[in-house]
Amino acid sequence: MAHAAQKGKLIAVIGDEDTCTGFLLGGIGEINKKREPNFLVVNKNTSVMEIEEVFRNFVKRSDIAIILINQNVAEMIRHVIDTYTDPIPAVLEIPSKECPYDASKDSILRRAKGMFTAEDFR
Amino acid sequence: MSGKDRLNVFPSRMALAIMKQRLKGAQKGHSLLKKKADALTMRFRQILKKIIETKMKMGDVMKESVFSLAEAKFTTGEFNHVVLQNVNKAQLKVRSKRDNVAGVQLPVFEHYADGVDSYELTGLSRGGQQIDKLKKNYAKAVELLVQLASLQTSFVTLDEVIKITNRRVNAIEHVIIPRIENTLSYITTELDEREREEFFRLKKIQEKKKQIRKEQERIKEELRLQGVKVDQEVDNILDEGRDEDLLFN
Repeated sequence: MAHAAQKGKLIAVIGDEDTCTGFLLGGIGEINKKREPNFLVVNKNTSVMEIEEVFRNFVKRSDIAIILINQNVAEMIRHVIDTYTDPIPAVLEIPSKECPYDASKDSILRRAKGMFTAEDFR
Repeated sequence: MSGKDRLNVFPSRMALAIMKQRLKGAQKGHSLLKKKADALTMRFRQILKKIIETKMKMGDVMKESVFSLAEAKFTTGEFNHVVLQNVNKAQLKVRSKRDNVAGVQLPVFEHYADGVDSYELTGLSRGGQQIDKLKKNYAKAVELLVQLASLQTSFVTLDEVIKITNRRVNAIEHVIIPRIENTLSYITTELDEREREEFFRLKKIQEKKKQIRKEQERIKEELRLQGVKVDQEVDNILDEGRDEDLLFN
């Protein structure tokens, strides 16, 4: 663990083409020795099964610390995300191009619900 | 209740002392755990507030990033596949450090850049400025997201720890302390009971002895009346007659 922490971990992306492109230009993309990328481009041909499998793989990989996932994609595999509760890697839902961010759908925020008061939302 | 829910100890003074100590320990532990839970909850609320703020900010930053992506596409033309194909080594990585809140290790991510920019040549032909802006925007987004991730990780960890701590506090308050108190009262009643028994026994023996003495007095009196010499002269131990010589032959 300590060793892995010093090595530096990756940020993984699951999202549509534009989101992936953007973050890859930001410089987070990496292909490891087994030629496995740390991102998945989801288009309309990608099946839910495939997304699920990639997500599970990302969660299992020890070199990934953060998983970014488009909210509309997250919505497709909501059942998997809801059952995933470990702190590392952290799963972050990000807004995508075609749908704006909806706080009420976020797994974490939903878990936090009930602890809020109205003034927290503003 | 009091008969059932107690520790299985022999009611003795030592057990009482031990129980008293345990009660004190449990109370101390309870107050400490309560303080810990309070500290954690305070931190938890802070983090929650920050998460909400950051999530809202994230919306804006992402919007800006997507706009700049569209701008870049407009000037450069389609370059998605170029980027997606040319992935090599990550330039931005995250390091995790640990933060300590009331004995709980919270992971904190921080990003750092190493290695070379693998898209240095992208946009050299056209739209260099747009691509540069795009890169900067997404780097900013990543920075924010890394922050958000560490907040979220802390949130999840703290949530778990707070639950555990509260469970412990409640267990001590509602199970362990009553049980020890029950044991204490059991030992006390048992000891009191024994003391009363002892007292009663002493009284009883005294009474018995008194009776026996009375009886003897009565017999003696009777004998004296009959003319029997009851009280023999007690020999003087100093006046010890003649001792036979001990001779060994």
